[in-house]
Amino acid sequence: MFIGAIGCEPLQLARVHLENPQSIETYRKAGGYEALRKALTTMSPEEVIAEVKKSALRGRGGAGFPTGMKWGFVPKDSPKPKYVVCNADESEPGSFKDRYLMERDPHMLLEGMLIAAYALGSKTTYIYTRGEYRYLIEIMDRAIAEARAAGIIGDKILGADFSCEIYTHSGAGAYICGEETALLNSLEGLRGHPRMKPPFPAVAGLYGCPTVVNNVETLTAVPDIIKMGGAAYQKLGTEKSGGTKLWSVSGHVNRPGVYELPMGYDDMEKFIMEDCQGISNNRQLKAVIPGGSSVYIMPASDIIGKDVRMDYEGLVVAGSMVGSGGFIVMDETVDVFESTKNLIEFYKHESCGWCTPCREGTDWLVKVFHRIARGEGRPEDAQLLLDLCDNIEGKSFCPLGDAAAWPIQSAIKKFPEDFRRHLTPTATNGREQH
Amino acid sequence: MSNQFTPNNPLPQEAPVPEELATFSPEVEAEIERHLAKYPVKRSAILPLMFIVQRERGYLDPPGVAYLADRLGVRVTDIWEVATFYTMINTQPVGKYHLQICKTLSCKIMGEPQITERACQQLGIQPGETTPDGLFSVSLVECLGSCGTAPMMQIGFDFHENLTTQQVDELIVRCRNGQLSNGVR
Repeated sequence: MFIGAIGCEPLQLARVHLENPQSIETYRKAGGYEALRKALTTMSPEEVIAEVKKSALRGRGGAGFPTGMKWGFVPKDSPKPKYVVCNADESEPGSFKDRYLMERDPHMLLEGMLIAAYALGSKTTYIYTRGEYRYLIEIMDRAIAEARAAGIIGDKILGADFSCEIYTHSGAGAYICGEETALLNSLEGLRGHPRMKPPFPAVAGLYGCPTVVNNVETLTAVPDIIKMGGAAYQKLGTEKSGGTKLWSVSGHVNRPGVYELPMGYDDMEKFIMEDCQGISNNRQLKAVIPGGSSVYIMPASDIIGKDVRMDYEGLVVAGSMVGSGGFIVMDETVDVFESTKNLIEFYKHESCGWCTPCREGTDWLVKVFHRIARGEGRPEDAQLLLDLCDNIEGKSFCPLGDAAAWPIQSAIKKFPEDFRRHLTPTATNGREQH
Repeated sequence: MSNQFTPNNPLPQEAPVPEELATFSPEVEAEIERHLAKYPVKRSAILPLMFIVQRERGYLDPPGVAYLADRLGVRVTDIWEVATFYTMINTQPVGKYHLQICKTLSCKIMGEPQITERACQQLGIQPGETTPDGLFSVSLVECLGSCGTAPMMQIGFDFHENLTTQQVDELIVRCRNGQLSNGVR
């Protein structure tokens, strides 16, 4: 599997190929913790937030919300403790970048968290990691112990008037806990149900206190922003999407992996055919899900010869989204009806059961998909599926409902043939006997 | 005959009322203390402590649940409420080696069906079942974050990636020989 940067100098992946990349010595030799020192000794918390705003860094977990703005929502005069929580619950099908960031460069995450904690006035921070990533929790715990021994975590960090703790916390197998308010409930020892917003976590988050929840890749971007300045970081990408982005590439390509690309990389066809070395087994490209399972599926005809720019705005123009950057490539042998059925099974399994549209809707969707798969499809089923999606999208308590509806809506729209094939009268013979 | 189970099985109609509290060694108690010290609110340690109880007792059994309720100062029903939400918390015994095969899209299109077929064929069970000797369970699970190294399965806490059917055979042999960690003592 490939891990590296294309079209830019590696930033987030700069140290992944060094010998012993997990150790604090390696990290410090490569300039690690210098950004933290710079922030603590030469910048006020407000200046740190201002640089992050200038960087045009957008949340890398999937929503793409501007990070500096999110930090700016935390009330400065609150007498309550403030919390920084790293969302390492990476569970979106197709996404595995956070895993390699933590595995190969754990101190980069710690440095990003400490800078965030300094900017926000937080003394206690947590890394909420999905339970299946137990080995990463062990890596992070070792890194935390190393940093504590080096005076980088704990009291009077690097001799400055700033004290902060970082703790790891394990989830236990629930995709919904990647949604930030569900994550906070889980961290409080409750079922991982999302919370009503507002109030947003910046005002009332963990234990009702001001809290910022950021994705691993978002926080690991922070040291470079402080090091080079927000404006320089922004220029690596585009005006509204600053910096670089990690893409987790899987499926039918010759070279899957984690690719760091500048935001606004031009273009997706070149990325697949050259950087990822083309479609495996000399087959033809059929479809791409560019941003993790929750985003709209793109047919090859929307990619080949279309100069699709890979950033937040470019992918919206092309009919999809950056999401978490989980880039799933499918060749001509894939039946999009089957691939969509696979994903809706995922969403049904992971629906937390809190709200009716999502809990019942995903269940009905799976029932209809399974009936069609048994050969009992009816011509009107495509419309039935769309109607079900319409009753979920925008009507569920949290975005998981939308995430379940979008892949189906786009699959039916972009690959009508793959559905029609399952819905023809010959396929409904089984039904007619009843 | 194999025992049916699903990892996130709902509880039996009536959760048994535990009569005794589980006890743990001083080392394990110290580990529990370390987790409790991370949080201003004890209840936050519920998942870390459940993992410890599960590791020590095989699954979250009623005395283990009673211990957690007592230790965290919450009701027994609070413990069950949380335990039944999370798929990694086992409220019933599972096989010693739990082969969790990822079935989500990238793994599916990269050969998961052949991996599952081979594992089930070798063990004589279906996904969701445990072998009569209690040694193996097979489950199909949702995305484990190994899409670039598909297909894969997790045994204990270890990832086994870029799998071939031959490697499935080898993994099963290594389990039988006690050469693989199952995440439990």
